[in-house]
Amino acid sequence: MKRRDFIQMSGLGLGAMALSSIPIFGKSVDPSRFLESPLDVAAKKALADAALNAAKKAGASYADFRLGRYLNQYVITREDKVQNIVNTESYGIGIRVIANGTWGFASTNEVNQDSIAKTAQKAVAIAKANSRFQTEPVELAPVESYGEVSWKTPIEKNAFEVPVADKVDLLLSANSKAMENGANYINNLLFLVNEQKYFASTEGSYIDQDIHRIWPTFTVTAIDPKTGKFKSRNALSAPMGMGYEYMTPKDSEKIVSPAGFNLYRNNYDLVEDALIGAEQAKQMLSAPSIMPGKYDLVLEPNHLGLTIHESVGHPLELDRVLGYEANYAGTSFATLDKWKSGDFKYGSPIVNLVADKTQPNSLGNVGWDDEGVKTKKWHLVKDGVLVNYQAIRDQVDIIDQNESHGCCYADSWNSVQFQRMPNVSLEPGKDKYSASDMVKDVEKGIYIAGRGSYSIDQQRYNFQFGGTTFFEIENGEIKGPVNDVAYQSNTQEFWNSCVKICDKDDYRLFGSFFDGKGQPSQISSVSHGSSTTRFNGVNVINTERKI
Amino acid sequence: MAILSKEEAKQILEKVISLSKADAIEANLSGNTGGNIRYARNTVSTAGAESNTSLVVQSNFGKKVGTATINEFDEDSLKKVVSRSEELAKLSPENPEFMEPLGPQTYLESKSFYESTENISPEYRAEVAAKSINPAKAKDVTAAGFLQDSAGFSAMMNSKGLFAYNKNSNVDFTVTMRSNDGTGSGWVSRDFNDVDRFDAEEASMVALKKATMSQNPKAIEPGKYTVILEPAAAIGLLQNMIGSMNARSADEGRSFLSKKGGGNKVGEKLFDERVTIYSDPTHELVPSATWNGDGQPLKKTMWVENGVVKNMFYSRYWAQEKGVEPLPGPSNGIMVGGDKSLDELIKSTDKGILVTRLWYIRTVDPQTLLYTGLTRDGTFYIENGEIKYPVKNFRFNESPVIMLNNLEELGKQQRINGNLVPSMKIRDFTFTSLSDAV
Repeated sequence: MKRRDFIQMSGLGLGAMALSSIPIFGKSVDPSRFLESPLDVAAKKALADAALNAAKKAGASYADFRLGRYLNQYVITREDKVQNIVNTESYGIGIRVIANGTWGFASTNEVNQDSIAKTAQKAVAIAKANSRFQTEPVELAPVESYGEVSWKTPIEKNAFEVPVADKVDLLLSANSKAMENGANYINNLLFLVNEQKYFASTEGSYIDQDIHRIWPTFTVTAIDPKTGKFKSRNALSAPMGMGYEYMTPKDSEKIVSPAGFNLYRNNYDLVEDALIGAEQAKQMLSAPSIMPGKYDLVLEPNHLGLTIHESVGHPLELDRVLGYEANYAGTSFATLDKWKSGDFKYGSPIVNLVADKTQPNSLGNVGWDDEGVKTKKWHLVKDGVLVNYQAIRDQVDIIDQNESHGCCYADSWNSVQFQRMPNVSLEPGKDKYSASDMVKDVEKGIYIAGRGSYSIDQQRYNFQFGGTTFFEIENGEIKGPVNDVAYQSNTQEFWNSCVKICDKDDYRLFGSFFDGKGQPSQISSVSHGSSTTRFNGVNVINTERKI
Repeated sequence: MAILSKEEAKQILEKVISLSKADAIEANLSGNTGGNIRYARNTVSTAGAESNTSLVVQSNFGKKVGTATINEFDEDSLKKVVSRSEELAKLSPENPEFMEPLGPQTYLESKSFYESTENISPEYRAEVAAKSINPAKAKDVTAAGFLQDSAGFSAMMNSKGLFAYNKNSNVDFTVTMRSNDGTGSGWVSRDFNDVDRFDAEEASMVALKKATMSQNPKAIEPGKYTVILEPAAAIGLLQNMIGSMNARSADEGRSFLSKKGGGNKVGEKLFDERVTIYSDPTHELVPSATWNGDGQPLKKTMWVENGVVKNMFYSRYWAQEKGVEPLPGPSNGIMVGGDKSLDELIKSTDKGILVTRLWYIRTVDPQTLLYTGLTRDGTFYIENGEIKYPVKNFRFNESPVIMLNNLEELGKQQRINGNLVPSMKIRDFTFTSLSDAV
């Protein structure tokens, strides 16, 4: 995301809590505008053809055109107040070309034939200028020509059509439940995203897509004025590739955690979670501090998702492996020689990690990626062994493959598309096994739910994770909540300590709207599915300090 | 029309204000031009140029507020954006924390714009890349870097008579140099308002030298060590701490500056008495705008003086609630340093670790401002006043509050990310594990 485009929410008067770093971008608009469609498909195709023809005429050997309309709505509340309702729209086109074996890119928000032709020429001029310094000419893997096709997130209820008043009512009723049950503060937000994207390329595809995402999230805080302590608990929701139907609670989509509280799969109960969150935040004020040492960790999917993201998703991005991200996010321990060996043990034999851009309800689910490649599912780690990476059209030849994996993405019409993480998920265990079953044979362990602090080195070896709530396990039983937990491990060691994975009935998604990568930095939305999983003998530190 | 003069900006804004039918209107007009180049694997990967101007209009009827944005400036477009902001305000629920726009203000002068930076060309950017890539190739090292430049203006006006204008320019450069055997890595960061102060060759050589010096690091036990943090290593923790000095969070009982039993810790001594941190938008080396987004003047402000918390930032709403003067957050951070060079700090160290930078810094506990993260791109063991050998990277778990109590010595200041920060020697800095990452 471009720095100029975003306003930090803290600037809108939010407390300086975990949610303050969430960026808002695009122009402010009237919400009724969300339901207008500025261009029909025929008009989009005419603009695309103008761009592709202008690029070819200027000397491009390949060109693609993206027309994007990005809609966002943010409903921001705290306690009994609406703090802000923000509606934004961002609209424009981006043209990417290859000339003299070099990429060039240019964009404009003036969407007309004349401006588009000029932008195409500019992209070609940039490619030609940079080709003087190019020592590795671009090679594109072949792609099918799909003709005129379309895809839409299979939503039941378009969240942008739901009146703002209904959303406000839901958030405020959750806030009041939290306040009645021991919270001192609650910051509660609902984010909606709709990407309307049209892609066309000189390969002969014209792809119209309508992508929807939703994320309800809160932070509830309890304070003990006597001790001066405060504790926060984040929502156990997940951002999803769904419509407003995610906000309708369903008993069949609730899973009872081994610690007795409810967790959520494809339908979320915001009011219930806010109530439980308040109770848990209050309990944490008097919970004991963890003794540091080795513990068996039982990790709930809404927690494990972030660990998968950092320790599997990022290191297996081929551009990182090759050094393209060396100056920012870093490189990767999962080097090509390890993959080529065919026996690099990423994890224990029960570990199967899959990349999937077709998974229902996930954030990465689209029909085609941002360079016109049909999406698919593939293994990254099979039976514990590293078998593949994430790669796009200009990379797959490096790993001796001739088909892109379909995981190219740009966060806006004015950002250039590049390789981004698909959904990366841990496959459920094959034997019937619930999270409560798993706790039963743990002698000394910790059950962790929800996301917390996270940090990993630039080659993705050493990491440290916190969580939202922690429960100590002793002799097969949950003893009670515990504070100040963080676990430190090394990626390969950690995944090789994976001893048990719950079955598919426990499987659900974690997600993030704000995976960052690239310079200038771009964001991307990605989900990570898993079932509750056990890792034996992980190093846990105590994070309590006195200042 | 990316960079408008004060008069040009004023003319557009006056027209916008005159179109208002709301109780009050406030408009922010800004524009910039700039570009970037990215390189990796010793070759250019992507480059771009951008230019943008935009107008944000906020209208309010009582405490109902609406905001709309546009990037066209003909009369019809201006009418459209004003009426859209008014329609949105009418549709909005009341915002109980809304504050009326400010009246006329007096602002300090600050020279934060340089034509040299505005005139950066694509050829200049390519030359910068070459100045990293060529010496890297000669030393069996691979360079990956990013240069981004931007020049622009911002202006605001409201129906209460406030007008503010500022021009700003910036160039930001980072390069990572990795030895081709994969065992060494160096990095450097430079940023200036005036590109004439930037020396790409000098900066690239710093990263290159660290790449070769850090090859084949030794593993030493994690634990508590005396560290010398270069300014780029200190800035992350300091910035996080200053960014957390919000009075509202403290008064609400959810900050490291909350007081047991209520209230905040303004006036308390929390750090070593040599710790003094202030902000000053007119400082010659780190100039910035002298007003913030809602038109409040920015002045030299002491945040920590001789170890004592002097001020915290108050939004206009929170200041009104508490009956105090509002105090906007800082636009830069300046920590007072000493006279010693980095070499002199190393010379006066018996045993310690020199840290180039800290990376992936995340909050572990907001109550104590405990952060975790890792060293990166050049970590060295010091013994008897000399760098003995490179060491493997560490994960740290440390609070800047504890760190600034364990201060041994301060070195000279250096500009980093728009701030002025000294190198500093700290005792008992907590490293909790080793990392194999290079």
